[in-house]
Amino acid sequence: MKSFKGLSLLLSVLLVFSLSIPAFSQQKGKIEIFSWWTAGGEAEGLKALFDIYNKKYPNIEIINATVAGGAGTNAKAVLKTRMLGGDPPDTFQVHAGKELTDTWAKTGFMEPLTDLYKSEGWTKVMPKGILDIVFYRGDYWSVPVNIHRANVLWYNRKVFKDNGLTPPKTFDEFFKVADTLKARGIIPFVLGTKDGWEAGHVFETILIAKLGAEGYKGLWTGKTKWSSPKVTDALETLKKIFTYINPDHSAATWDEAYQYIIDGKGAMSIMGDWAAGYFFSKGYTDFGWAPVPETAGIFDALSDSFGLPKGCKNRDNVIAFLKVLCSKEGQEAFNIKKGSIPARSDVNKSLFPEYQRSAMEDWLKDAIVPSVIHGAAAAEGWVTEYKDVISLFVARPDVPTTQKALVQVATRAGVKQ
Amino acid sequence: MQRLNRALLYFALIVFAIFYLLPVYVLLTTSLKNFAEVNLRSMWKLPQSMSLDSFKMAWGGNPLKGLKGLSQNFMNSIYLVVPATIISSLLGSMNGYVFTKWRFRYSDTIFSMIIFGMFIPYQSVLIPMVVVLQKIGLYGSIPGLIFVHCVYGIPITTLIFRNYYATVPTEILEAAKIDGAGFLGIYRRIILPVSMPGFAVVMIWQFTSIWNDFLFGLVVAQKPGIQPITVALNNLAGSYFVEWNIQMAGALLTAIPPLLLYIFLGRYFMRGLLAGSLSGV
Amino acid sequence: MRKTKEEKILSALFIVPSIVLVLVFVYGFIAWTGWVSLTNWRDVFPDFTYVGLRNYIELFQNLRFQIDFKNILVFTVLFLFSCIVIGLFLAILLDRKIRFENVFRSLYLFPMAVSFIVTGVVWRWLLNPGTEATGPIGINMILEQIGLGFLKSRWYTDPNIGIKAVVIAAVWQMSGYVMAMYLAGIRGIPNELSEAAQVDGASIWQIYRYVVLPLLRPITLGAVIILTHISLKIFDLVVSMTGAGIGFSCDVPALFMYDTTFRGNFFAQGAGIATILLISIAILIIPYLRYSLKTGG
Repeated sequence: MKSFKGLSLLLSVLLVFSLSIPAFSQQKGKIEIFSWWTAGGEAEGLKALFDIYNKKYPNIEIINATVAGGAGTNAKAVLKTRMLGGDPPDTFQVHAGKELTDTWAKTGFMEPLTDLYKSEGWTKVMPKGILDIVFYRGDYWSVPVNIHRANVLWYNRKVFKDNGLTPPKTFDEFFKVADTLKARGIIPFVLGTKDGWEAGHVFETILIAKLGAEGYKGLWTGKTKWSSPKVTDALETLKKIFTYINPDHSAATWDEAYQYIIDGKGAMSIMGDWAAGYFFSKGYTDFGWAPVPETAGIFDALSDSFGLPKGCKNRDNVIAFLKVLCSKEGQEAFNIKKGSIPARSDVNKSLFPEYQRSAMEDWLKDAIVPSVIHGAAAAEGWVTEYKDVISLFVARPDVPTTQKALVQVATRAGVKQ
Repeated sequence: MQRLNRALLYFALIVFAIFYLLPVYVLLTTSLKNFAEVNLRSMWKLPQSMSLDSFKMAWGGNPLKGLKGLSQNFMNSIYLVVPATIISSLLGSMNGYVFTKWRFRYSDTIFSMIIFGMFIPYQSVLIPMVVVLQKIGLYGSIPGLIFVHCVYGIPITTLIFRNYYATVPTEILEAAKIDGAGFLGIYRRIILPVSMPGFAVVMIWQFTSIWNDFLFGLVVAQKPGIQPITVALNNLAGSYFVEWNIQMAGALLTAIPPLLLYIFLGRYFMRGLLAGSLSGV
Repeated sequence: MRKTKEEKILSALFIVPSIVLVLVFVYGFIAWTGWVSLTNWRDVFPDFTYVGLRNYIELFQNLRFQIDFKNILVFTVLFLFSCIVIGLFLAILLDRKIRFENVFRSLYLFPMAVSFIVTGVVWRWLLNPGTEATGPIGINMILEQIGLGFLKSRWYTDPNIGIKAVVIAAVWQMSGYVMAMYLAGIRGIPNELSEAAQVDGASIWQIYRYVVLPLLRPITLGAVIILTHISLKIFDLVVSMTGAGIGFSCDVPALFMYDTTFRGNFFAQGAGIATILLISIAILIIPYLRYSLKTGG
């Protein structure tokens, strides 16, 4: 009896031990993570993720391969050269949506992640809007780390208060506000267009305003025609906005231009919510935000995500990393630092500052549409041509020519008009 | 009249000196400011409080914030630039020697073909470059990057040395031949000893180009541990906005080695240009 | 010189490695690029379907490309002209036995040590015109304060100026080098020549014009090669200083090539741009090379 008891005790101890040895402590080796998060809140957020990962898997060496510049163009140049040269990084940052699916999934460079989504239960904790964005031909292809909102109207609260203004809810109100400000010598609308994409960003929010969520989405699938009069209206609105803009916009990046708002010399702007992080880094907290006029209830989303390239060298380590990325802990840690919001809906809101809390509430109730200038709504070729057309429009505001060009660009992208 | 002329002369020189110095002023003052102070509008203002923090952060990074500094990549650039400069200069010298003193049929055509290689835009060769480098096992390493810079340095170094050696009188070679010197002997005993100014020009040019190269360093040495300093400098920027004080401090730090080289080789450099290193083709 | 067999082998050994490397890494790649430009490669996944000259036709009809081509021509001409004129002017000044010649010379030369990226960043700031709200900033501010306010300009934010503002930064970077070339050239002119001219009663300016300048022609030609090869490939400077600019007024082919290849995945179009650039260079440079090799030697 004694020996039996002893044996069963030994066996049960061994059983408990073997069950509780975390599978991950056996992970070894390296993981190469490729991104363009080199500085500021993004680098801090990335580091926070690495810390979580390293705590779980202390034996894995993280190689942080980053390339700055060109809003990711330099990184993309390196990435594409490497992928074509047969040397894929283990995982890489990519905008969720068409930028990933059309560039990499469609062409067979990625592995689908549907099983991972199911086993981790992610389909239950992320809003349908983002799941739609990462979904392509029956599978999920990337794991979103964060969500940024693109259709935000930022304004200097003091300027508005001093002039008795409230954030405009329609474009008619917008232009009334703009006229008042212009008369008082304040730049009504502030933007920097040096990098070429900012005008395209503003334009996409106007498209959402004029076409509504479904109409806007239809532009990228062919349901809505680019020749529609609502698109004309959007172009006319953009043209009019540019009559209220700071004249040196082509010399400044968006953040350089925002000095006007900080100094109280400029009033409003439209930009993604990374602007909040910028304001904080400059020590400016008296800024206000509202949805871009006529887009209340719509969340223009973009997301940074990571996927699983075929043939990467450390596949298991990557899968472990993806799990960290989409865990509650990971998403909270990253987004607090970066200034974006988690894609998951079940995180602890109270950890986040004021702007992000309100964004997270909107994320759960608004209609979600994919951003085009940030790679979610359309393939890269289309995005580049769209960006170039609007960039030219800023210098030559010829509405009919530009609309025709947009139609041509859509046709070339394979979407019948 | 003489004095007026001289005064005007110095005036012109000083005006131009100011032109060349303006950017340095902006670089210096901005890198001594802190980020909240950095502002297009106040670019001419002196910093309210001078601080070397930007330099420290640019060099050492900021581990708490995940910002990587330049120090780790500085040695990579040295390991890259020194061998690449020396090898490509030697190749240029050898080529220049043959093309001027041992000409043969078609040597002019071949020389032109080599020179034409200077004009190829680097963006267009990135992909085949990576593929070929992988096949010969040099991809993703500093030796690979050295190799690339040597190859693309051949046209310009050959051009410079060819022009330089063209000024070495052929009679000296004839005399040496009569004394029994052969191909290598002439090279070692006649050509090389007088090559210092030529080497000065070539090495300054190559050192500067290779040290400041960004694209090849980015693509060929793609692992962060081996990337050159220019990539690290570029990475001081964020993806949505740039902290200019750190960026400019980093730029100044990066510019120091080529400047040091100028100071050391400056004398020979002028002599090299004097001897016609770049006087025509 | 008549060569022995040994000498022939040795000279071959000296240059054959370079020739082989250039053949592969320059001409081989040019051939590859040319081939790709004739295909349908529009995605990350290579597609080598032959489409003939379609990409070229599309390029010549592409508004951005037309603007780029014009820009690069304007840039090259202005850049060459300014560097040569300023370089020559400064060299002549420095040749006049100046005190602190070393200091001035090093000052003019040092911008060459800086990378184009840094140059672009600084000149972006310097040539930022400011607005009514801020008043003039950068160079405009200085011009106004020294009483030259009428010279103010909107620089690269003005679509009519665009790339010409970038020329200023490029000239800042390279004119010192051209000056050094000319200075060395001037110093290399034997004193007997200018002394003889002085004996003949020529003034300083006449000596420069009729004796010195003609002898500097080879240097000018050399400077043209170096400057042209920098100018036609110009990329880093434009990216860091202005980007493509308003209405693509600062855009250059190398930037378009980079954008369309790596951001738009249109590899075939990028290859087409590269090929057009190379053909243009060939048309300009090859006749010049052949001419000066025949005469100079």
